[in-house]
Amino acid sequence: MADAPLHGVGLPARPDAARAWRRIDPAVAWAFGCVILVLLVGSLYSRSFMSPEYLLQQLKVASFLGVIATGAMIVILLGQIDLSVPWVVATGGMMATAATGWGPIGTAMAIPIGIACGISLGLVNGLGVAVLRLPSMVVTLAVNAVAQGLMVVHTGGFSPQASSSPAMRFIATGDTLFGIPNALVVWALVGMAALFLLTRTTFGRTVYAIGNRERAAYLSGARTGAVVIGAFAIAGGLSAFGGVLLAGYASKAAQAMGDPYLLPAIAAVVLGGTSILGGRGSYLGTVAGVILITLLQSILSVMQIEEFGRHVIYGVVIIAMLLIYGRGRKYSE
Amino acid sequence: MMVDARYWLRQNAGTLAAFAAFVAMFVLYTANHPAGLNANVAQTAANKGVILALVAMAQTFVVLTSGIDLSVGMVMVLANCMASYVVVGGIAGATLGVAAVLAAGAACGAINGLIVIFGRLQPIVTTIATGAVYYGIALALRPVPGGDVESTLADAVTGRIAGVVPSSIVLLAAVVAIVWWPFRRSVVGRAVYAVGSAEVAAYMSGVPIRRAKLVAYTLSGLLASVAGLFVTFVTYSGEASAAGGSTYTLYSIAAVVLGGVSLFGGSGSAIGAIFGALMFRTIGDLLFVFNVEPLWQPLFQGLVLLGAVCLGSWRLLRIRNRLELYG
Repeated sequence: MADAPLHGVGLPARPDAARAWRRIDPAVAWAFGCVILVLLVGSLYSRSFMSPEYLLQQLKVASFLGVIATGAMIVILLGQIDLSVPWVVATGGMMATAATGWGPIGTAMAIPIGIACGISLGLVNGLGVAVLRLPSMVVTLAVNAVAQGLMVVHTGGFSPQASSSPAMRFIATGDTLFGIPNALVVWALVGMAALFLLTRTTFGRTVYAIGNRERAAYLSGARTGAVVIGAFAIAGGLSAFGGVLLAGYASKAAQAMGDPYLLPAIAAVVLGGTSILGGRGSYLGTVAGVILITLLQSILSVMQIEEFGRHVIYGVVIIAMLLIYGRGRKYSE
Repeated sequence: MMVDARYWLRQNAGTLAAFAAFVAMFVLYTANHPAGLNANVAQTAANKGVILALVAMAQTFVVLTSGIDLSVGMVMVLANCMASYVVVGGIAGATLGVAAVLAAGAACGAINGLIVIFGRLQPIVTTIATGAVYYGIALALRPVPGGDVESTLADAVTGRIAGVVPSSIVLLAAVVAIVWWPFRRSVVGRAVYAVGSAEVAAYMSGVPIRRAKLVAYTLSGLLASVAGLFVTFVTYSGEASAAGGSTYTLYSIAAVVLGGVSLFGGSGSAIGAIFGALMFRTIGDLLFVFNVEPLWQPLFQGLVLLGAVCLGSWRLLRIRNRLELYG
């Protein structure tokens, strides 16, 4: 009973299938199937795609997108969207590296400061959506513009010179545990926290409820406003944390560092079977989507396909996969 | 008669507000411009504003169906790259080239529409993916910026008519007269509004939903390619700029909202979106004439956008039942 209603919404029961099979969300299975397919196609090209070193390296790169996509997923589950990802990521990276320049206390507090800036921007998003009842698409767009403006003023329009703190570099590039990259450990911790939050807390249940029908959630006595604000704040914090990790990885922050993460984050969440309309989706699917997007980008570039071809294939694959398992319902159903 | 007028006012409140706000801002701008309002100032302002106005119009068609088109900027970039090859070779060649670019833009829009209608995918993810494809094709055409365009045509479109009126504004008015008005008055146009207001109800009432959506997406692609042509005429070259494409996509959403078009679909007009776009451009110009430090301009532009968007919540004041909040 525990989490069956969440995964089973809208799926017809198949009495003939084995019980264990029925519990698996077909979209998640498809997404993991595609991950294996991409790896197989890659290994036809070169054996090294199956090597543990390559796979660990890819998982490390995927962790940055994974952390950002976790936030994007929570917002998408609400039936909203967060378009402020690019400059919240940049804000997180820039404020964390800037804090490093404020002496030893700043260096120690670099990571929390970066995340706190993201949470504040997320709070503005949440207030706009929950209190002013504005479409999330425009509020987050405007907050993205404000964050960009703030960062341009803060950095003087150039990429900041300050470099990241040792702690930031440690969590983004180091590997302490049996050669497992720290970034991957960070993503695993964030993922487990998100999984717990979404499936085992009132907050998570309310997120799914709001995504299905906000009016019903409100009438059931759920604190919809607080949950929406909280979800956007978490998403902002995770985007900024992604920026902190990226700044640690590249050892400095850059103006457009967040731009390549907005659309892949949304694509990863949707490829993982989460409905863009909200209310339905599992974190496991998002993990599959993130790995899939990262592998796809990596393999296309290793195969030395020219940049234009990579964009075309990337787009076609997303459409093709969604046509397989992400289609909406007909009116007559 | 009174009732008609009141109904009309209510239907067009967003458009009228956008128009009034734009006029106020533009007057403020020209009054403080060191050169005042002369033909040159108007021409520069028009050329800058018309590109965004065209992209915003393109966005409007899809937003009216309660969808969103995140590929408009990329279709514009693709049209720009294509035009830098084909819109050459005298007036006859250039005309053929323009027709080819428009056809390609309409085809891009139609592909979006077909995937949304028959693939039953959500517009937002569909157009993210097709946008990547269109950008890839643009990059294949122009790996590095370059190319050329028929200069007589370019100068005619970006210049002035009779030395006074900016021809880009005339072009924009022509697009409204040729595309928007006939669309708004047609059965398909009505169907688009019906689909955006209540899709299931429209379906039950026998409204041609598929045709309406296909026309909306196709016209969106067509207008995005007009914007791309215009970029070519202004820059005399083609460039596959990913940043340019996504900036125009995001600005088009802002312009549509400022122009009083509801993102929930079914209300607003492309005319409003045009004034929303011109308003958005004038904000930047205003900051310039008031000598705001260039460094602070993006912040002010963002804050003005945030403020303008928040004005949209005035409707909360009229709500009598809290449940109306949760649609």
